[in-house]
Amino acid sequence: MAKWIERQRNIIDFTLSSLLRRKRKNIALIFVYIVVVFFLASVLFFTYSIKKEASMILQGSPDMIVQRMVAGRHELIPISHIDKIKGIRGVSSVKERLWGYYYDPIVGANYTLIVSDDSQLSVGKIIIGEGVSRTRLLFEGDAMEFKTYDGAIVDLEIESTLSQKSELVSSDLIVISGGDFRRLFGTPEGYATDLTLKVRNSRELPTIAVKIAELLPDSRQILRDEILRTYDAVFNWRGGIMMVILMGALLAFIIFAWDKASGLSLEERREIGILKAIGWETSDVLLMKFWEGMAVSLSSFLAGVIFAYIHVFFASSMLFEPVLKGWAVLYPHFKTVPFIDASQIIALFFLTVVPYTVATIIPSWRAATVDPDSVMRS
Amino acid sequence: MIELQDIRKVFNTGRPNEFVALHGVSLSIDAAKVTVFKGPSGSGKTTLLSLVGCMARPTSGRIRLFDREITSLPERFLTEIRRKTFGFIFQHFNLIKGVTALENVMVPAYPDGENHASLKERALNLLGLFNLSHKAHSKVEWLSGGEAQRVTIARALVNNPSVVIADEPTAHLDTKLSKEFMEIMRRLNDEGKTVLIASHDPIIHESDIVHRVIEMRDGKIVTSGIAS
Amino acid sequence: MLMRKSSLFLIYIILNILFLILLFTHASFEKKKDMQFLREKMEMVSKLQLADLCLFTEASYTRHLSQADLHTPFQDSPTSLEHFPSGSLVGPPRSLRKLNGKMD
Repeated sequence: MAKWIERQRNIIDFTLSSLLRRKRKNIALIFVYIVVVFFLASVLFFTYSIKKEASMILQGSPDMIVQRMVAGRHELIPISHIDKIKGIRGVSSVKERLWGYYYDPIVGANYTLIVSDDSQLSVGKIIIGEGVSRTRLLFEGDAMEFKTYDGAIVDLEIESTLSQKSELVSSDLIVISGGDFRRLFGTPEGYATDLTLKVRNSRELPTIAVKIAELLPDSRQILRDEILRTYDAVFNWRGGIMMVILMGALLAFIIFAWDKASGLSLEERREIGILKAIGWETSDVLLMKFWEGMAVSLSSFLAGVIFAYIHVFFASSMLFEPVLKGWAVLYPHFKTVPFIDASQIIALFFLTVVPYTVATIIPSWRAATVDPDSVMRS
Repeated sequence: MIELQDIRKVFNTGRPNEFVALHGVSLSIDAAKVTVFKGPSGSGKTTLLSLVGCMARPTSGRIRLFDREITSLPERFLTEIRRKTFGFIFQHFNLIKGVTALENVMVPAYPDGENHASLKERALNLLGLFNLSHKAHSKVEWLSGGEAQRVTIARALVNNPSVVIADEPTAHLDTKLSKEFMEIMRRLNDEGKTVLIASHDPIIHESDIVHRVIEMRDGKIVTSGIAS
Repeated sequence: MLMRKSSLFLIYIILNILFLILLFTHASFEKKKDMQFLREKMEMVSKLQLADLCLFTEASYTRHLSQADLHTPFQDSPTSLEHFPSGSLVGPPRSLRKLNGKMD
């Protein structure tokens, strides 16, 4: 056993001496390799964390949301529909939901205004999300100006701010009373933005949805299941920027492996000839090449993943902020919960280490099997 | 004792550039003696040495090494025998560039997994024998011709072989260094090592440490005489 | 006397692996700690009847991914291209992508 270890260490010694000969090239290679792994691993960490968190938090979403569609657009729904839906077997409660968007020209931000019947909010008072507070520098006790649908100005007082820890769901929210909502947007009494349902048995949801579709042909039903699957598919590899990132990383790995796979230089072949001549076997040479591949790819993988972890879970993915923020003015400050998908990391390991190492070994096969006396004949 | 029976070596068999390097050579080489193979290039002396040193197999014929038949051994055993029994000094030095002299000396022993500290000590001692201690950590490109030659010799000795084979060792050396080389060979022979040298350098043939000069031409032995 | 190169390399690798294990251990502790905040968020979602995360506040259909209607992909005109950067990060909600849906 000790002999085996010593043999590996000897060969690693030699491999490292060999790599150090072209110090600059190899350091540059490792640096770029680390950057690619870092980038890819950061994306994996970040997207998985959000997806996992979404799948947990959104369990609290309504069982079903019923919206009215007119000419393909989402329109206000008559509250009278509630009575129709309540009668369906399996439905335990139906509530109206009032929500909408308010564009704030002062900073160019979009807020989501929502009425909560739960929150005993009196007219004239609002509760704002941390992101709103940060963007407008408004705090408890301050007054916030709104322009109504008919051009009037309304002042509403900030009763409190939603907790900073909840920014991922509440950053741009403004909780408002029903009366103020209708004053701002002119939503007539008797109408709501949409309706939410609670059912007794969630397995009956699809059946109930079908019944509602029959009852209200101009409605569409959004099940919680669909909400969850929407977030499962967010940051999907098949979409837009993600595809570009994936392709970029794959291309980088291919280029690294290509440099190795395109065959040995004359000097490398000669060196292998010398090794064979002084007593190394074919297997020794191949082992050397294996370690050569591993030295580069393994160290790059480890460093890249470590930096990625620090980047995503300690530095809140700050390098991704410009991409995620896009043109938005209001961007939530939230902590990424360190949910980690081990299978993703393992897949990344194989993608990083295996092709490169194989690309280092295979082209050397031929040279490694050369006769030891070739170096004497040349 | 090294015995060769009717050795033939053909390169590129069946192809248009087929070349017969050795035409049925039979020979007995005494152990613990210095034997020189003389002849023009293309005479087959290098090929003969490479066959003796287990670097290649003959196309036909048998080789016995210290009463052991080696021609039919599988590659792995052959390599092990070569590593343990023979030390090679090449014409073109064949040192690994970009690597220190010390490491060059240690490399042949790496696959054996010997304890690193003892290997290093032995290598340093060998370099010391040839007055190269101060150059142990220099990259081989920075060595002079004579120093590089001595590193090659030290490397050949790292596994303590019983047979030293040198192929045109003085081809790149001046007279002074060539004579020094032969002195080193004398020392090795005094220790009981068998020395085989292929050379067309008269300094070597006429050296007084040589026990036997074998002349070759066109893949055959012309004279297998004994020198003074 | 300097250490052997292979020793340095192996130490580097082992340190990295240990550090990685340390980070993953940190992850599991943090997760436990964050559970209460996750519960808090879930309660808020339930209380306010929310259906989406507040990630992309650029436009209505990027803010409420699950609520986007059929009209949204077409914006102002059928040939209108994606305006917002975050639109390239998210696709249309699944419910809109159902094929072979029933007509009635």
